[in-house]
Amino acid sequence: MSERGIQWFRFTAPANFYDLAGRLIPWFAALTIALFAAGLYLGLVVAPPDYQQGDSYRIIYIHVPTAWMGMFLYVLMAVYAAIGLIWRIKMAEIMAKAIAPTGALMTFFALWTGALWGRPTWGVYWVWDARLTSMLILLFLYLGYMALHAAIDDRQRASNASAVLAMVGVVNVPIIYFSVQWWNTLHQGASITVTDAPTMATIMFVTLMIMVLAAWMYSIAVVLARARVEVLERERNARWVQERLEDGRT
Amino acid sequence: MFRPLFALLRRDLVLALRRPQDALTVVGFFVVVVALFPLGIGPDPEFLRRLAPGVLWVAALLAVMLSLERLFSDDYRDGTLEQMLLVPQPLGLLVLTKVFAHWLITGLPLVLISPLLAVQLNLQADEIVMLMLALLLGTPILSLIGAIGAALTLGLRGGGVLIALLILPLYAPPLILGAGAVDAVMHGASAQAHLSLLGAMMVFALFATPWATAAAVRIMLD
Amino acid sequence: MMEFLAMGGYWPYVWGSYLVMAGLIAVEMVQVRYRRRSLMGWIRRMARIRAQEEKQ
Repeated sequence: MSERGIQWFRFTAPANFYDLAGRLIPWFAALTIALFAAGLYLGLVVAPPDYQQGDSYRIIYIHVPTAWMGMFLYVLMAVYAAIGLIWRIKMAEIMAKAIAPTGALMTFFALWTGALWGRPTWGVYWVWDARLTSMLILLFLYLGYMALHAAIDDRQRASNASAVLAMVGVVNVPIIYFSVQWWNTLHQGASITVTDAPTMATIMFVTLMIMVLAAWMYSIAVVLARARVEVLERERNARWVQERLEDGRT
Repeated sequence: MFRPLFALLRRDLVLALRRPQDALTVVGFFVVVVALFPLGIGPDPEFLRRLAPGVLWVAALLAVMLSLERLFSDDYRDGTLEQMLLVPQPLGLLVLTKVFAHWLITGLPLVLISPLLAVQLNLQADEIVMLMLALLLGTPILSLIGAIGAALTLGLRGGGVLIALLILPLYAPPLILGAGAVDAVMHGASAQAHLSLLGAMMVFALFATPWATAAAVRIMLD
Repeated sequence: MMEFLAMGGYWPYVWGSYLVMAGLIAVEMVQVRYRRRSLMGWIRRMARIRAQEEKQ
């Protein structure tokens, strides 16, 4: 690697990212608001109550999107972490770090809504259902990642060490998922099975997809915003930050 | 090729024998934790027997976790670990050797003492055999995965508590399979599937984790 | 309106889910914005100090 290459990655890429993200965030934010508004209106007002679960089923519109986001963001975080560790790309490290809190939050939402949905559906807030249990372990993995990142003072070392942890975690996620699944079938039999409404009306499906998209847009917007702050924090003494301050392009 | 590894193994074992209190503390912890459970949940033998696989496994898991901090910390403090980076042998193999020594010092004693505690919790003979078999396959996994956490927390303040948060979620699969094996025997089912999966997991961990641990050691010593 | 809020008697669960999510999302956004604002404040201050030093 030549000196030039390093210079390019160190100084030009974060500045470019900073500008690009600054331009993109308002669009993603607008999409988030529009999709959430449409999804909430359809989900809470237009869609009819479920014939079995009544109105309690409406939790599905935030439970499923957040659960998907929680799982997907962990994989994405591990991919960015791996890219950052292997190719030493600073922006990938920053993205991995920026994804973690949002991923943890999404996983927490999935658990919270799952518990509140469980109460009217199964009569208890928490069952050690395979999915809820794996989501709980996923939340612990997120917390471990963030705790390790926070515990190491040296920034580069923190990035690299937590990247190793994220990669170990992502290899483990399917193993954990299948073992929990297996444990669940052995212990509970078929007494409590969580199946999403088998025949989902079109309106419900469309609403769910809108909410999934909304969760996506929100995650992208907030992760980009956090990554942008992170870039600024690392590069606060760089010349490009000064230039943007003078031009008023912050 | 392997002579330095044997030397390292012997060194670690000699060091452990010189300070036997470290290994004994881990076993003591295991025994005390298991002894506390009946005080918490009552002395009904049948109930204790039903809980025994889970209790014994969780206690073993915590005991191993407690011992992890020492896995690299002494070598880290006196600079031996840094010397290991300079040795021609791949760091992954050195790490594997150290993990093996760690298992001999902590994991194996847990396996050996477990029948005594199992009898206290009213487990029957065939269940005890299965418990030892499952622990024999499972404790190496705990040491192997735990080594990653030990390496990642090298030189950090409050490393011991952090290890728990990093490693315990990853212990879920061996816990499920290990306790499940004993449970299966208790319910008159075959534990073959549990043991096969546990064995497969051990082989996978044997090949995969030393490299992750080596990478973590390199990063933390950088 | 009351009927909508009652959610067929399931209001604690439905609104408990949606409102907690809305609240925590608001917290997340405020937290990112606060971090950015305090950082920008620091950068501005440093720029002012530097400009003053250059003048002297």
